[in-house]
Amino acid sequence: MLRWLIGGGREPQGLAEKSPLQTIGEEQTQNPYTELLVLKAHHDIVRFLVRLDEYRFASAGDDGIVVVWNAQTGEKLLELNGHTQKITALITFPSLEACEEKNQLILTASADRTVILWDCDTGRQVQKVSCFQSTVKCLIVLQRLDVWLSGGNDLCVWNQKLDLLCKTSHLSDTGISALIEIPKNCVVAAVGKELIIFQLVAPTEESLEWDILEIKRLLDHQDHILSLVNVNDVSFVTGSHVGEMIIWDILDWTVQACECNFWDPSPQLDTQQEIKLCQKPNDISIHHFTWDEENVFAAVGRGLYVYNLQMKRVIACQKSAHDSNVLHIAKLPNRKGRRSAVTCSHKNHVQYAPNRHVYTKPLRIGISGFFNMWGFGRVNKQASQPVKKQQENAPPCSLELIGDLIGHSSSVEMFLYFEDHGLVTCSADHLIILWKNGERESGLRSLKLFQKLEEDGDLYLAV
Amino acid sequence: MISAPDVVAFTKEEEYEEEPYNEPALPEEYSVPLFPFSSQGANPWSKLSGAKFSRDFILISEFSEQVGPQPLLTIPNDTKVFGTFDLNYFSLRIMSVDYQASFVGHPPGSAYPKLNFVEDSKVVLGDSKEGAFAYVHHLTLYDLEARGFVRPFCMAYISADQHKIMQQFQELSAEFSKASECLKTGNRKAFAGELEKKLKDLDYTRTVLHTETEIQKKANDKGFYSSQAIEKANELASVEKSIIEHQDLLKQIRSYPHRKLKGSALCCGETEHTQDQTSQAATTSNPDESADTDLYTCRPAYTPKLIKAKSTKCFDKKLKTLEELCDTEYFTQTLAQLSHIEHMFRGDLCYLLTSQIDRALLKQQHITNFLFEDFVEVAEKQESAPPKPGPGRPPSRSLEECPIPQVLISVGSYKSSVESVPIKMEQELGDEEYKEADVAEMSSFDPQENLDYLDMDMKGSISSGESIEVLGTEKSTAVLPKSDSQASLTVPLSPQVVRSKAVSHRTISEDSIEVLSTCPSEALIPEDFKASYPSAINEEESYADDSEGAIHFQASVSAPELGEAEEGGLETPPSQIDSSCCIGKESDSLRVRLSTPAHTPSDQDGVVSIPPQRYRQKDQGFHVDFAVENASPLRDSSSEGFPADELDPSRLLASRDVSKTSLDNYSDSASNMSSLASTSSDRTPPSAHPTGPSSERHKKRAGQNALKFIRQYPFAHPAIYSLLSGRTLVVLGEDEAIVRKLVTALSIFVPNHSRYAKPVKHWVSSPLHITDFQRWKLIGLQRVAAPAGAGPLHALSRYSRYTSVLDLDNKALRCPLYRGALVPRLADHRTQIKRGSTYYLHVQSTLAQLCSKAFLYTFCHHLHLPAHDKETEEVVAGRQASFLKLTLGLVNEDVKVVQYLAELLKLRYVQDTPGTGHPMLRFDYVPSFLYKI
Repeated sequence: MLRWLIGGGREPQGLAEKSPLQTIGEEQTQNPYTELLVLKAHHDIVRFLVRLDEYRFASAGDDGIVVVWNAQTGEKLLELNGHTQKITALITFPSLEACEEKNQLILTASADRTVILWDCDTGRQVQKVSCFQSTVKCLIVLQRLDVWLSGGNDLCVWNQKLDLLCKTSHLSDTGISALIEIPKNCVVAAVGKELIIFQLVAPTEESLEWDILEIKRLLDHQDHILSLVNVNDVSFVTGSHVGEMIIWDILDWTVQACECNFWDPSPQLDTQQEIKLCQKPNDISIHHFTWDEENVFAAVGRGLYVYNLQMKRVIACQKSAHDSNVLHIAKLPNRKGRRSAVTCSHKNHVQYAPNRHVYTKPLRIGISGFFNMWGFGRVNKQASQPVKKQQENAPPCSLELIGDLIGHSSSVEMFLYFEDHGLVTCSADHLIILWKNGERESGLRSLKLFQKLEEDGDLYLAV
Repeated sequence: MISAPDVVAFTKEEEYEEEPYNEPALPEEYSVPLFPFSSQGANPWSKLSGAKFSRDFILISEFSEQVGPQPLLTIPNDTKVFGTFDLNYFSLRIMSVDYQASFVGHPPGSAYPKLNFVEDSKVVLGDSKEGAFAYVHHLTLYDLEARGFVRPFCMAYISADQHKIMQQFQELSAEFSKASECLKTGNRKAFAGELEKKLKDLDYTRTVLHTETEIQKKANDKGFYSSQAIEKANELASVEKSIIEHQDLLKQIRSYPHRKLKGSALCCGETEHTQDQTSQAATTSNPDESADTDLYTCRPAYTPKLIKAKSTKCFDKKLKTLEELCDTEYFTQTLAQLSHIEHMFRGDLCYLLTSQIDRALLKQQHITNFLFEDFVEVAEKQESAPPKPGPGRPPSRSLEECPIPQVLISVGSYKSSVESVPIKMEQELGDEEYKEADVAEMSSFDPQENLDYLDMDMKGSISSGESIEVLGTEKSTAVLPKSDSQASLTVPLSPQVVRSKAVSHRTISEDSIEVLSTCPSEALIPEDFKASYPSAINEEESYADDSEGAIHFQASVSAPELGEAEEGGLETPPSQIDSSCCIGKESDSLRVRLSTPAHTPSDQDGVVSIPPQRYRQKDQGFHVDFAVENASPLRDSSSEGFPADELDPSRLLASRDVSKTSLDNYSDSASNMSSLASTSSDRTPPSAHPTGPSSERHKKRAGQNALKFIRQYPFAHPAIYSLLSGRTLVVLGEDEAIVRKLVTALSIFVPNHSRYAKPVKHWVSSPLHITDFQRWKLIGLQRVAAPAGAGPLHALSRYSRYTSVLDLDNKALRCPLYRGALVPRLADHRTQIKRGSTYYLHVQSTLAQLCSKAFLYTFCHHLHLPAHDKETEEVVAGRQASFLKLTLGLVNEDVKVVQYLAELLKLRYVQDTPGTGHPMLRFDYVPSFLYKI
């Protein structure tokens, strides 16, 4: 039993030796998160986090409750009870313009086939819609049109007052897994292997009715589409279960670029299979994207890839950033000339991998920065795995792990980044953890302390 | 912990002078009175000469109207304690100094008997023959069957150490007042119940008599009444009168000014009752209508008895016991309070004083003291709700306002505890200014505190409203609110009032008892008088006559009372008069002169010195002593009622002892065997007292084990560093007892997050979770054999970055490197300290110093925020670093300790509601190292 003690306590057995994961030691000088606050309110998996404003966020999960938190203090502000089953979608809802109160509203959809509109300032249940035929899996608000859409087995269009405007026919039993808005009053829905483009017809003088029309079906993917995001004004990206990433033109819906095999997972798969930790298909499924002006960061299998839109190729990757599939990826604001991304994976912990250019010059062009990745692995036990940098071809870009955050005992489902308050992660272990920059927090506390002293009239400044 | 009571030097006066003392002189506040018997070369801890009892105890006596003074019970109730001490004799002594003027009966000019709510009297007396000195607290309880409705009792704290009594007078008085208040509250309740029963009896009797009279009337229609009938009519009339009288009494007892109860925290439950009582009684005289009646009537239905015409005031009836007089509930509560008192004052005087000083000092460091000190919330609560004296009413609890030793302490001592920190801030200031500057600095934290400091520094004295009232009632009249309902209760001025105070203290006893004058109002006495008062003994002679005369006078005036005069109360003269009492002595007149201006209604300190009678004194060698001695240097009497009880060490002491009591409960309440509690402390899951502070024995044991740990493990330093810097230390082992023991020992190094809970988990066997590290800073973990990758060990390795792990079975430690200088001082394995409690104190004082550093660091503005707009963060950071390194002298990792403590201080200071939630988990990404033996 001493083994873990002697071995430095990090990777216990087996995995440690075999895993090609890049690891980072206990010394993580660039990791600013030196303070954490565990928030406990949920009693089931927490799957969704949404930012409400500068200092608040809401969390929701399988226990059907929505909790509103203060991101600064970790204080639980409100608990919204109304759903009887797990929550399947959560989105902020712009206040009605006519509405006198400017309270922050959120929409939640649940497996109990209801959608509820909440007021996050009062905790009031503003309105409840329960006429759904199926579970709503995704929600989207089209602010331009003042409508919102709910996607389940069919697609419904609602107005701000939660009146049903129109709906499509039954699309599929698997339902819509993702929805994005594209120009020309269109939306793209991912249904199984297909992408369907719908167009919304707003009431005109001739017809007072809203209508939604199916415009086109895109059948280029070979497998289920797992991720669908807008990248910029001209394109959107989809990723499928078998590792196809397609970049589409946002206006004419044509394929601009397609990357299918460049992940080349085979060498690593073998190792993984030996360990029986990951199944092959999972290794290349694309779960999530994030992007900046030039690059798309894709969470592919257990790895993190950086795809340059201009060069149309992968410029950096870390194939095994985590020891299980990466579920969520987000870009952090540039800091000190570097970019960073964070990934989270199935595994217990969030790992946090930086992407950084090794050389200074190319920095300006490409990815100058570090990527913090959160990864989560499916494997049961191991905690931290870092993302490694890889030199792909010529581009002198690399991904470097700058730190990992260990705290959750189960998979990290999602995270949120607050400029001022750090990271918020939610996990299947029912917890939410607030990761903060300890130094900064310490300064803030000092500030608060002296403010309080001043308020009490107890502050005496030396002459 | 700042001081170290158990290292208090055993000093002799001569030796002290001879020895060249090079060290900085002991601060004045630490000086403890020299051992009185030091000239004989006796061991100060040896039993004092002449005492016939082994340790201090509390005696409750009664002056029974049937058998005279008799002891009722002692606390502790163990014959071993008082040994051969003659309780009967001593009861006689103490009861005979009671002067209580609880005037009951028919005062001239009043139709009905009046109850008087008498303040207790507090007296110190000594009996050299018995080698006993006592604080005596007299009180009067009401009993319908007793003569004059009163039963005089007294509670006495008996000790062989005269100084102890004198110096702890304030505390004793405060504590005994609580006990007394409790007894009296219960008694009032019981008395009211008794009155109600009596009223029912009378009512029934009246009905019966009435019926009989009617029958007789009918039988005799001859037009004249038989003598029998007349007798019946008279009887009826007297019953009617009796009813009215009793109703009046009931009304009186219910109208007891409940304000007096405020502040008697002990009798919590009944406060609202009495409140009802008062309000109700004021409006309704009919008990049946008042809402509170159920309080008294909601008892098993009472069957009225016929009362015989001739009341039987005879000596054959059995008097009620004390327990019957008070409600059983209150009686038990009182006993608990008394045994609490006994615990509280156990031990040597110097120990008591030092720990009081200690508490007072700690109290001042209210910003930092939560980190390492054991405080009980009780203390907090009490302080947060100090009794508010009613307007225009003398502070009845003013005793609490005059804690003894802390007066001296104040700012200077704070300096002393910090002075090792070389801060060059206001050096150029003069000493005085420095003090003031200091005060100002302190005040930046809490205006309240500032007040206290100022007060202590400048005034340094106590304004006490409490005098030892040898003439108790003067106070009581003053205390009574002048409401309508009570106006009638005020004692009408009768001739006696003219009597001087000195008179009242009829030291009628034929003996050696001397009433030592104890006047807490010594605040009013100037230094120069103090100087002169060793000569006070001489003054007594001139007194003797006075008092003789007074007794005489009394006899003539209130003849009816004389019978019970021995214990009965005298009417108190109004306060203006007491100046007359002391005329004739120079120093006394001085005293009077000074005290007179203070004789406002709000400050009625009867300063009374009661000399013994001359001739007896010669025979018996009495002691005459003055409480003044004990008091701290008196500077200025200008201090008014400020919330001094914040500083009252007795409260702190009390609170500490509460916990002690709880630990000792098992042993002490049941029997007097010495307690086993401490031995069990290692084994009993501390979860039983998860938040409770440790008792002395507990501390000693913890210190001992910590010492052992330091000697046994060469890597103790990094382990302790982990604790101090807030990195959770997991103690891993198979044997629960061993783990618990070590965890308890190491917990003395764990900074608290708040006052309410120590972040220590003694034993856990389930896998640890991230929340555990946030909540606990020291965890005892069971080592269980589990398949690899599962169970607690796996979790531990996963979270290894947050923890240090001490493996007891393998004698190994995994934790970050430590290279500082702080811990070696704290835990030197070559230390000469042998005893656990000494080591504990050593740790506490080192930590106190550390806290001071953290305090300075936290509260220096420029260390954290830019001094002006143009300063960059880097400048501030540089200043911070140099402050830590150069000014505070911290090396390497020591900085992190101070920073961690500073974070805790900030959190606590900023928090609106202290004690809620857990602070965030702070950690560093630093490599760990493995240490092994």
